[in-house]
Amino acid sequence: MSASRTGWWRWVPLAPATILLLLFLAGPIGYCVWIAFTDTQLTGKAGAAFVGLDNFRRAFADDDFRNAVLLTLVFTFVSAIVGQNTLGLALAGLMRAASRPVRTLTGTLVITAWVLPEIVAAFLLYTFFRREGTLNAILDWLHLPSQNWLFTLPILAVSFANVWRGTAFSMLIYSAALSEIPREVTEAAEVDGASGPRRVLYITLPMIRRSIGTNLMLNTLSTLSVFGLIWAMTRGGPGNRSQTLPVFMYDQAFLKSLIGYGTAVALLLLLVGSLFSVVYLRLMKVDP
Amino acid sequence: MRRATRVRLAADTALLLTAAAFAVPLLWLVLAAVDAEADLRLRVPSSVTAGNFDAVLTDEITFTPMLNSLLLCGGATVVSVVCAALAAYPLSRHRSRWGRSYLLTILFTTCLPITAIMVPVYGLFVQVDLIDTMYGTALFLATAQLPFAVWLMKNFMDGVPVVLEEAAWTDGASNLQTLTRVVLPLMGPGVAVVTIYTFIMLWGNFFVPFMLLLSPEQLPASVSIFTFFGNYGSVVYGQLAAFSMLYSAPVLVLYILISRKLGGGFALGGAVKG
Repeated sequence: MSASRTGWWRWVPLAPATILLLLFLAGPIGYCVWIAFTDTQLTGKAGAAFVGLDNFRRAFADDDFRNAVLLTLVFTFVSAIVGQNTLGLALAGLMRAASRPVRTLTGTLVITAWVLPEIVAAFLLYTFFRREGTLNAILDWLHLPSQNWLFTLPILAVSFANVWRGTAFSMLIYSAALSEIPREVTEAAEVDGASGPRRVLYITLPMIRRSIGTNLMLNTLSTLSVFGLIWAMTRGGPGNRSQTLPVFMYDQAFLKSLIGYGTAVALLLLLVGSLFSVVYLRLMKVDP
Repeated sequence: MRRATRVRLAADTALLLTAAAFAVPLLWLVLAAVDAEADLRLRVPSSVTAGNFDAVLTDEITFTPMLNSLLLCGGATVVSVVCAALAAYPLSRHRSRWGRSYLLTILFTTCLPITAIMVPVYGLFVQVDLIDTMYGTALFLATAQLPFAVWLMKNFMDGVPVVLEEAAWTDGASNLQTLTRVVLPLMGPGVAVVTIYTFIMLWGNFFVPFMLLLSPEQLPASVSIFTFFGNYGSVVYGQLAAFSMLYSAPVLVLYILISRKLGGGFALGGAVKG
């Protein structure tokens, strides 16, 4: 066997990927840590002074920041944890009982919504929720009160949009997980007289609990960084009523030119993300 | 009625209701695109027209942004897939503590919210003069997608038995030769899935080019569509719908191409399964 399969140079093919990751991912994260502790106003270094924890103190005292944290929690909880996750699981479960054409039709529609570019999805849901849009037309037809959704309930509108766009991922994960449960297990429970809900609660759910953990974590992480969807639908408004952390960060850093402050917010978001990632890796007990 | 039939009917009904909720916005897109007087509401057009498509099929609205998207995402996809294939090889073939920590770090970065680092990336790009350049943006896009591409590629590569390489090694082939002549051809479908998936993810990416590209003539479709409907009020919805369909078509077609490969076992689900 030649040396190229035993020496250190067998790791050389890692170099291109590693260089890119260091330059464009690790670099910015390091830079992020530095500017979060300065009062950088615009992009140049000139005039930026080290301000220690000021940006973070300022964030925790800032009503708009606290509003953004709260909205991020609402958005993530409603759209990722309840919406995408539960709907995805329900769809995957129902598909196992449904007839083939219905299964294909639903699957195709849900996946199409997922594959569409983010801004197209945002645009479609924007027209759906507008005062003159389809949702109100349907409500009128049903003689139910209509309203200007993007104005009265902006955070729910964007949450629904995120569910519409992101449920396919959960559905696919759960379909894969459910297809791996041996039929004999559920059949045995049925013979023993366990009712439908009991079988789901005591057999199916425990058997796919690792998929549930993985899926919840990935949904949470991807929802934490949603920007385009919200920005295109509401720009974080009206006022700041749909301003989640990424939108708040963009607003502070670029529209208000407070780069240092915006970066401190980004760093907090990154910390939350890292925390979730660590928990997720623990949960998965990955063994590469 | 038999119990099994009842269960199936209930499941069908529930799924059809959900399908309708998912269909309405998509249906609006298709109908508005062929309606000369399209507004925000879903309705059947009084007469079908190709006028909206005619109106948007110009250099400025469609061809330039689509070409930019193609260059940007195509370039980024090539960089990402080549780097991922190279990186996956030692990670898949050689066992060591070192490789394991590398993979865990890769997996960890897959999960980080990329949105959060756009502010420092912007600052960095201004300082090293990469701002508003297509290749700079393509490199960043490639890097952002790289961790997942490496992970996916490694999983596919693990499926190729080492025995086949040993023959090539005996004949004196180098690592690179073994990778390009033996391993990659054997995992052709896997490489195709990683490539197409990477391209789809990049094609829809909005925030990165939105931040890093400034000149209107360089903007990809993901950003140009936003400036198109960003100026609310004067929007011609039919044309915007037509453009949205043109912009979405490539990824839908590509997804259909790989869905057979992904369907059933669903490789992505397998890659992240707990």
